[in-house]
Amino acid sequence: MYERRELMYAGHQACAGCGATMSMRYALKALGEKTILVIPACCWSVLAGPFPYSALQVPVIHTAFETGASTASGIKAGLEMRGDTETTVAAWVGDGGTFDIGIQALSGAAERNDDIMYFCYDNEAYMNTGIQRSSATPFGTWTTTTPANHPKGQPKKNMMEIMAAHRIPYAATCTVAFPEDMMRKISKAKAIRGTRFIHIYSPCPTGWKAPSSLSVKIARLAVHTKIFPLYEVEGGERYNINVDPKNLPVDEYLRLQGRFAHLTDDEVHTTQETVDREWERLVKKALD
Amino acid sequence: MKKIMVGNHAVSWGVMLSRAEVISAYPITPQTTIVEELSVLCADGRLKAKFIPVESEHSAMACCVGAAAAGVRTFTATSGQGLALMHEMLHWASGARLPIVMATVNRALGSPWNIWGEQTDSLSQRDTGWLQLYCESNQEVLDTVIQAFKIAEEISLPVMLNLDAFFLSHTAEPVEIPEQSLVDDFLPPYQPEFRLDPKNPHSFGCMTPPEYYMEFRYKIQQSMLQGKAVAQQVDDAFGRVFGRKYGLIEPYRCEGADLILITSGAIASTARVVVDNLREKGRKVGMVKVRLFRPFPKDELLEILRQVEKVAVVDRNVSFGVGGIFAHEMRAALCNEKVRPAIFSYIAGLGGRDVTPPVLNDVIYQTYKRQEPEAQSVWVGMRS
Repeated sequence: MYERRELMYAGHQACAGCGATMSMRYALKALGEKTILVIPACCWSVLAGPFPYSALQVPVIHTAFETGASTASGIKAGLEMRGDTETTVAAWVGDGGTFDIGIQALSGAAERNDDIMYFCYDNEAYMNTGIQRSSATPFGTWTTTTPANHPKGQPKKNMMEIMAAHRIPYAATCTVAFPEDMMRKISKAKAIRGTRFIHIYSPCPTGWKAPSSLSVKIARLAVHTKIFPLYEVEGGERYNINVDPKNLPVDEYLRLQGRFAHLTDDEVHTTQETVDREWERLVKKALD
Repeated sequence: MKKIMVGNHAVSWGVMLSRAEVISAYPITPQTTIVEELSVLCADGRLKAKFIPVESEHSAMACCVGAAAAGVRTFTATSGQGLALMHEMLHWASGARLPIVMATVNRALGSPWNIWGEQTDSLSQRDTGWLQLYCESNQEVLDTVIQAFKIAEEISLPVMLNLDAFFLSHTAEPVEIPEQSLVDDFLPPYQPEFRLDPKNPHSFGCMTPPEYYMEFRYKIQQSMLQGKAVAQQVDDAFGRVFGRKYGLIEPYRCEGADLILITSGAIASTARVVVDNLREKGRKVGMVKVRLFRPFPKDELLEILRQVEKVAVVDRNVSFGVGGIFAHEMRAALCNEKVRPAIFSYIAGLGGRDVTPPVLNDVIYQTYKRQEPEAQSVWVGMRS
C-alpha cells in the first residue's frame, strides 16, 4: 500500500526505541522523494547525522530553533519562483520548537496559510538537551526541571486546538502505534495546499524512563486511554475521530513510565478527570 | 531618468531593478516605507517576486535563509530593534553562505525608545559575517543595493547596506534611475552553486563537529577578506556602466592635509561643507568617508592617513566601555604601523541629534588644540 523504498538509512544516531525515528521513517514513505525537510534545533538535528554524513535521502536544511515554519515558508516561496510547485516543503520540529520557542513563527505561517507541511514530533519535553519540561509536558510529569517532589503543575498545552483556531486546511494527530493511520493522514495532507499540521505523539524511552521495547505499546495505550486521541480537523472546523479508544484507565499508561512513578492516587485521579473532560469536548466537536 | 525620491524608496527601486525574487519583511520605523513600496511593486507586477509579510524580523531573516537556500535572490530590510531581534539569524545566513541583501535604516536602540538615527544597531552586528556598506546619499543607496547583490553572489556572503534614519530614509533627493537592461547585464540572474534540490539531495548546515567546523569558519574569513577586492571590482565595473562610483572609502580634499576628519553615512555630506569652508580659510583639513566597514578597508585608509598628523573620527554610535566604534576599528587597524597618525575619537549625533557644521567645527578645533588624544572618546554637541 505504501512505498517500500526507505528514504531513511538505518545508520542514524537515535536511541533505541525512539518514536521520532520511527515517525520519520513512516513520514518519508508517505511524503516520497520530492520533499525538502527543514529541521530546527531538536533531537533530529543530531539524529540526522554529523557532517559529512546524512541519515536522510531527501534534501535537509538545518535551521535555528524557532524558525521551522519561517524557514519552510521561505523555501516554498523560493521554489515557486524557480517554477517548482510540486516539491513538498516539510518542517520537522520537536515539541519545544513547536509549542514554545517556535509557536510565533508557526502561527505566522499558519495565518498566512503558507503552503507548507509542519510536523511536530512530540516527546513531551526538551529531550535533546536532557529532558527539561516544555509546554507539551503533561501534568504531574517528572523532568530534570520539574523534579519528582515538585513535578509539572500545569496541563499540556492543546496545540491542535491552537492550530485549528487558525482555520488551516488540515490538522491531524497520529502516532507510531498506528502507522497506517499516520501514513494515510500524511498522504492526504500532502495533496492539500496551504498550511498542514501533523501532530505526532512520539515516545521517548530515554526521557520517559521506560524500556525501549515498550515505545509502541505506550503509544497504543496513549490512544486507548484517550490521552492522545487520533483525529483530524479540516478547515479548523470539521473534526473526525479516526480510532475508537478502548477507554482503558490512564493508570495503565502511566505506570509503564518512570516519569510518572511518583504520582499519588489523587494525581492519577486528576489526570483521569482531565482526560475524560478533554475527550468529551473532542467528541462534541466531532458530532457537531 | 531622474526621479525625486526618499532614501527608502531608493532602496525599494534598487531591489526592483535587481530583480529580487523573494522579499520577506516586517514593519519598523524608519524602515517601513521600503517594504511598503516593495509590496506595491510586487502587487502591481513591476517586480516579479514573492512578498512574505512575516510576523517578526526574526522570521523575516529565517524566510530569507530558506528562500536563498532554495536558490533565489532574496532581500529584506529593517532598523534598530528589528535588527537586534534578527541577530541570531544574521549568523545563520553568513554561516550558511547565503548571499542575502538587507537594507538597515540605522536607528537608535531602546531603552529609552528612540526612532531616530544612530549606527549602534548595525555596528552591533559587525561580527556576524555580513559585509557592511554605509551610504551618504539616496543615489548611493540605490546604486549600492545593486552592487550589494553582485558582491554577495560573488563571494557567497550576505551584505548589509546602511542608511541614516530620516536624514536619508525620509528625505527626498533627485535619483538617477539606471536602465533596467543595463542592470540586467550588470547583475545577471542568480545561479547558485548549491541549492535545496530533491533531484540532487544534500544536507545543509548539519551538526559539524570540532574536526570540521573550524575550516568552515576559516573559509568565511577568507571570503570576507576577498570581499574587499570584490567590492572594489564591483564598484569599478558599476562606474564603467553607470558613470558613478563610490570607492571603499572616499577621500575628500585630503591633499596636503594635517588633519583629516573621518566619518560615514549622511554626516559625510555635512563634513564636506565644513571642509570646504575651512579650506577657504586656509586650514589644511580633509575628510575621508568610510563606505565599507566590513571587511575594514585598512590598507586604503592607511594610504591616505599615513602621513597625516591627526585624524578625528566622528562616530554616530557607541560601544559602551570603549567609545566610538569606527575610531576603535581605526586604532586596531593601525596599531602595528610604525608611522601612523594620532586618532582622536568623538561621539556625536546619538539618537538622531543633528550633527551640524558647528559640531564638526568643534571637533576640528578640539583636535587642533589637543597635543594628544584623550584617553576616552570625547562627546560633542552635548546639552550644556
